[in-house]
Amino acid sequence: MTVEELYGKQAEELERQQALKNRIMCCSAAGCLSCGADGLRQAISAEIAAQGRQAEIELCGTGCLGMCSRGPLVLSAADNRLYGNVTPADAASLVSANPSGKPTLPDRAIDLDAPFFSKQMRIVLANSGRVDPEKLADYIAAGGYQALGKALTAMSPREVIEEVKKSGLRGRGGAGYPTGLKWDLVMKQIPQVKYVVCNADEGDPGAFMDRSVLEGDPHRVLEGMAIAGFAVGAQQGYIYVRGEYGLAIQRLQTAIKQAERERLLGHRILESGFQFRIDLRVGAGAFVCGEETALIASIEGKRGQPRQRPPYPPESGLWGAPTLINNVETFANIAPIVQNGGDWFASVGTASSKGTKVFALAGKIANTGLIEVPMGTTLRTILFDIGGGIPAGKFKAAQTGGPSGGCIPEQFLDAPVDYESLAKIGSIMGSGGLIVMDDSSCMVDVARFFMEFCMDESCGKCIPCRAGTVQMHDILHRMTRGQATEDDMQMLETLSELLRETSLCGLGQTAPNPVMSTLKYFRHEYEAHIRDRRCPAGHCQIESQLEGAMA
Amino acid sequence: MTASPPAATVKDNREKLLERAMSRYRYSGDALIEVLHTAQELYGFLPPPLLKTIARKLRLPPSRVLGVATFYHFFSLKPKAPHTFVVCLGTACYVAGALGLVETLNRRCAKPENSGVRNDVSVQSARCIGSCGLAPAVIFDGKVLARVTRQLIGAELEGIGVK
Repeated sequence: MTVEELYGKQAEELERQQALKNRIMCCSAAGCLSCGADGLRQAISAEIAAQGRQAEIELCGTGCLGMCSRGPLVLSAADNRLYGNVTPADAASLVSANPSGKPTLPDRAIDLDAPFFSKQMRIVLANSGRVDPEKLADYIAAGGYQALGKALTAMSPREVIEEVKKSGLRGRGGAGYPTGLKWDLVMKQIPQVKYVVCNADEGDPGAFMDRSVLEGDPHRVLEGMAIAGFAVGAQQGYIYVRGEYGLAIQRLQTAIKQAERERLLGHRILESGFQFRIDLRVGAGAFVCGEETALIASIEGKRGQPRQRPPYPPESGLWGAPTLINNVETFANIAPIVQNGGDWFASVGTASSKGTKVFALAGKIANTGLIEVPMGTTLRTILFDIGGGIPAGKFKAAQTGGPSGGCIPEQFLDAPVDYESLAKIGSIMGSGGLIVMDDSSCMVDVARFFMEFCMDESCGKCIPCRAGTVQMHDILHRMTRGQATEDDMQMLETLSELLRETSLCGLGQTAPNPVMSTLKYFRHEYEAHIRDRRCPAGHCQIESQLEGAMA
Repeated sequence: MTASPPAATVKDNREKLLERAMSRYRYSGDALIEVLHTAQELYGFLPPPLLKTIARKLRLPPSRVLGVATFYHFFSLKPKAPHTFVVCLGTACYVAGALGLVETLNRRCAKPENSGVRNDVSVQSARCIGSCGLAPAVIFDGKVLARVTRQLIGAELEGIGVK
């Protein structure tokens, strides 16, 4: 396909879609699938056939529509209405003609002007829920692969990198390293063979952003990687995706095949001299493989253990070659940046953090689901306007950054969400998991939970992490049983410092973060467990333990 | 002693399929994880003799193959029980009380080891299956159950005949 043919295909597909009476978009992301979206889709399909309107109504499966708490979701494209908690019995009213202009299912309608939608800004998720992830034509109709065409025909690799630099995009995996600088580093390496790797090993418990992007808009990630390959001079890309994400793997495989068939990947992309292949590598369940050097080891078929840095992967990565590693969300931002320019992207967000961030809202909150907000939005807006507040009980803390992050207490609800502000209050941006806890959650047990995670997931290579996490978990475990002393608290602080200073990789260095942040903001809860042998949240089973011992 | 692979009464073409997977990667040692994925899909688990065969074919030391197979949680060296519950212990599920579900399942399904009673149900936990909007989530025989309660677990257990 040439670039002209790409635009021709877009026009053709748009025309076809406009000729239809309606397109019914049925959310088929993992969330909705597990509450019956499959059966619903079959019912709608049968209803269309029964009414004999296959020619004028199209039924599509789409990526995540966002409001997972109301699933299964259905979007009626003709009148742009969203319906939640839809059942197969509703199929008839969805399919039937609706001349009145009112919602066909009034009790299931979701207000698209509600704060949940109006306070969001969608760049990464622009297509999610609007295109069928299994149809390349749909992505092309939405302007897909035009950014790649623009880069290949109208720009030099250096210009692409300048544009990414200008955008101020920073790594969305959590650490926030400027993406343009990383690309520049890889481009300047002398060796001919280079690699582009997409880190889709989303291991943080409570995070499902990358999964949703891969399931909802896989071509966007492929396009971003191909542009990266062109910019840094690589011809081979790998996507390292978690083994647990069966649906994402399947959709990526389909997308890669489709793109190769249309010459959007592979040899002579868009009839230019550029070639780029993408292969999938499926992980096998090791959290540490999200660390870049461990991920490289895993792609090479070895145990996923990190190694000392430097040399960093841009100098010596996969099989010793210069390697660019970016997160899924980072790659998903590339096509809009190239298409609309770096200045456009830089106009969104704060001074040091540009663009938007996708968050997975979960925990004790009314609207769980997937959201995207401009950088610098306050936590209060995210949790209370978009998230709809806490259904029962009182807000206690928001946890960001998973086992490497921290708990943010109430007094910082008005802090803007960007890399620097979150670091200042002892948490991290992380990959985007945002879990809300109310007063029924015990913060000591939360710290114990994350420490247990790090203890299980420690790869065992360096001693501070291997032995330190076990010791810290032991202390926290005793605290939740009401068996700890004041000395233990001091030991906990000493160990936290030790792990942070001396561990080999990010897993060990950040493992104490949940402990340190809860010690800082919820010290009274620790003290209650130690001095009064009491759990203020009523979560830990201290009393029953004592009774058990006496009986 | 782990159970031996099922007797080859039906024509067993698994070996051939595994061979094909290895040849697709040109018997390269770098593809070890992919090959182990295929092997586990075919056999359900990774019996040690199979690991030795893979090591020989990929020209890798057996220690490296065993090292990789035991490093990753996904690979199992023992046969699996006919029914599996995987309780998600991601943060959202934890906040929603997943630990209570594990406790219920263990209480109702656990058979003491070496008791001679066959274990029909294996209870496992996962590190977040990414369905946080549906917390607490449990995967029962490959099917994701959303907003799981003790009652729901009880019903599923009854369905497979566990009292």
